Amino acid sequence: MSTTNNPVLDAQNISVVFGGLVAVNDVSFTIPEGSIVSLIGPNGAGKTTFFNVLTGLYQPTSGDVIFDGEYITGRAPHKIASGGLARTFQNIRLFGMMTAQENVMVAMHSKMSAGVWSTTFRTKKQKREEAEAKEFAQELLDFVGIGKTTHEYARNLSYGDQRRLEVARALALRPKVVLLDEPTAGMNPNESAAFVEFVRRLRSERGVSVLLIEHDMSVVMQVSERITVLDQGQKIAEGTPSEIKNNPRVIEAYLGKSGSEASQNVN
Amino acid sequence: MAEETKAAAPAHTSSSNTKWAIGFITVVLAIYAINKFYLPTAPVQVKTFFNSWFSLTSMGEIMIYILMALGLNIVVGYAGLLDLGYVAFWALGGYVAGWLMSGHFDQWTVNFFGNPPAGLPNGIHLNFLLVLVLGGVFTAIWGVIIGAPTLRLKSDYLALVTLGFGEIIPQVMVNGEDIGGFNLTNGTKGINPVDNIKLFGYEFGPFALADKFLIYAALAGLMIILSLRLRDGRLGRAWLAIREDELAASMMGVPLMRTKLASYAVGATAGGVGGVAFATLIGGVYAERFNFQVSIIILSMVVLGGMGNVWGVLVGATLLAWVNNTGLVQFGNIINSATGKNIDFPSFNFLIFGVLLILMMLFRREGFLPEARVRLIMHEEEFSEVAVVTDDIEVEGVHHHEHN
Repeated sequence: MSTTNNPVLDAQNISVVFGGLVAVNDVSFTIPEGSIVSLIGPNGAGKTTFFNVLTGLYQPTSGDVIFDGEYITGRAPHKIASGGLARTFQNIRLFGMMTAQENVMVAMHSKMSAGVWSTTFRTKKQKREEAEAKEFAQELLDFVGIGKTTHEYARNLSYGDQRRLEVARALALRPKVVLLDEPTAGMNPNESAAFVEFVRRLRSERGVSVLLIEHDMSVVMQVSERITVLDQGQKIAEGTPSEIKNNPRVIEAYLGKSGSEASQNVN
Repeated sequence: MAEETKAAAPAHTSSSNTKWAIGFITVVLAIYAINKFYLPTAPVQVKTFFNSWFSLTSMGEIMIYILMALGLNIVVGYAGLLDLGYVAFWALGGYVAGWLMSGHFDQWTVNFFGNPPAGLPNGIHLNFLLVLVLGGVFTAIWGVIIGAPTLRLKSDYLALVTLGFGEIIPQVMVNGEDIGGFNLTNGTKGINPVDNIKLFGYEFGPFALADKFLIYAALAGLMIILSLRLRDGRLGRAWLAIREDELAASMMGVPLMRTKLASYAVGATAGGVGGVAFATLIGGVYAERFNFQVSIIILSMVVLGGMGNVWGVLVGATLLAWVNNTGLVQFGNIINSATGKNIDFPSFNFLIFGVLLILMMLFRREGFLPEARVRLIMHEEEFSEVAVVTDDIEVEGVHHHEHN
C-alpha cells in the first residue's frame, strides 16, 4: 500500500523536560495516513515518553501535536483516545478481573450513550446499543484471533492472548491511529513473524495507521515503511528501513563506535 | 487455556441472580405474611419471640440499610473510591423528609398530596413518593458538589475529605436551629413527628409496620435491580475499569471525572432515599443519629459482604444491621441472665465489628460472598496452581512474578 503525504498525526518540535532531565529534545515526527511507521532507539532514548506525549499523558514542555487536523496538545487523555488515537501498553495493562469482552467494551464507552436511567430501565435503545457493542467486541476478538476467550477473565489469558486482547481493546475505539508499545516483547521468533503479518492486516482490514515502538529489529525492518530513531531524547535519523540500516549514527547509537562489523547484526 | 480456570470465569451469571432474587422476595413476603396474618392470632410466646428477635422495626431498618449499603457499594465496590462520609447523604435525605413531610416549617402551609396530622395543617406536607424523589435528587446534587472538587484526589486524600464531609453535615444539622434567625434543622431536638406515609389513599401509621416494611423492601429491591443492571452496562464497565486501572481506563476513552461523579451521585441518591425512608420509619429526624459510626457500619457491610457483589453486600447489610439493632441486645440478655452479670453488650458493637473486620482481613479478605472475580485475585495461588500445570512457561513466569 502506498502512503499518501497527508499526515494523520503530526508532532512538531516536541520537548519534554523532567526537572533537569531532557527526556525528549525537539523531536518532530509525522505519521502519514495509512502508513506503518516505527520508532526505535536504545533503552532510555525517550520513546515511551514521546508516546505518552502523543496520547496526552504528559504535557510537552514545548511543541505541538496535531492529530487528524486538530491541535490536541494539552487535551485530556480520554478525549484524545476517543478522538481516534488508541494505544497498547509496554507492560500489559488490561482490566484483569474483567472478561475479554468487557475489556473491549470499556473502550467503546465514548461511542455509547447509555446512562443510569436507560440502563436501569433497559430501554430499547440501550438494549440495542449493548447488543451492537457485544457484536462488535466479538468481531474484534475474532479479528485478533482470540474469539473463543470472550467470557474469560483477562488475567487468565495466556501472555500472547493478553497482547492480542490489548490490540482488540485499542481497536474498539475505532481509531485512526494505533500506537503499539513493544508489542512483540516476550514473543518467540515464530510469533514475531506472525505479528508482522498481523500489523499489515491491521492496516488493510481495519484501516488504521500504525506506529510501533519495537526492539525486535527483524520485525521493524520487515513491517515499517519509515523508521525514526531516537537516542538520548533526540531524533538522530529518519528514513526507510534500508536507509536506517546503513546509517552510521544509528549503528553507533546501538552498538557503539566500531560499528562497521556490527552493522551486520542490524541486518 | 485450561478448562479449569475457565470454570471460574463467568461471575455474575443471570441464573444465580434469579435464584438470589427469588430468595430475597420469598424472605420478604414470608416476613410480611407472618407479621400480617399469623402473629396477630399467635400464642403470646411466639409473639414475644418474634418481637424481640425479628421485630418489624428492625426488619424495616435492615431493608433501609440494604438500600444504603448497595448505594455505597457502587462508590466503593464498583468504582473503587473509598468514601468514609456516607452518613452525610443519609442525614441530608433524612432532613429532606423532615423539611417536606412535617410541621417543622410552620410559617408556611403547603399540602401537595401530603398527609398532615389531623388538625395541624401548618408546615410543608408533600407526598411520600415525591419526597423520595426529591430526597434522592437533593443528595445527588450534593454528591456532585462534594465530588467535583474531591474526586480529583488520590484515594487516601479522597477518604480524608469524605471523612470530613461526613462530620461537617451532621454538625451543621446539630447547630442549624438558628441560621441568621432561621430555624433550619431544629438542632439537637430534631424534627418530629414526620408525617405518616400515605399512598393512594391508604395511610401507614406507626402500627402499619408490616406494610411499611414492604415499602422499604420494595425500595431495597429497586436498588438491587439498579445495581445489577448498572453493573452489566456501560457505566458499570467503566467503573470497574477505573477500579482496576485508572490510567488504562482513561486511555480507553473513559472520562475519569465524569464517570467517578456518576458513581458518587448514584451512591448519594441511594443514601438520600434511605434517609427519607428512615425518617418515616422512626417518625422523626434526629441529628445525633447521623454520626461517623454509621459511615463505618455501612462501609463494613460492603466490605464484609463482599465488595462489588450485590448479593454479598445484601447479606452483609442484613447481618450487620440485625446484629447491631437486635442481635447484640438479645444475645447480651441471654449471656447476662446465664452468668448473672450486667454487661451492656450493645455498647461493645464497635469492638465486635472491629475484631470481625480484622479477622475478615486476615482470613477472608474477599468478604462472605465475593464477586467471583474478586475471589479469583484474593486466592490466586489456588487458581494459578491449576494454571501452572496447564499453561505455557510464560504464563507461569507471570504468575510467579506477581506472587513476589
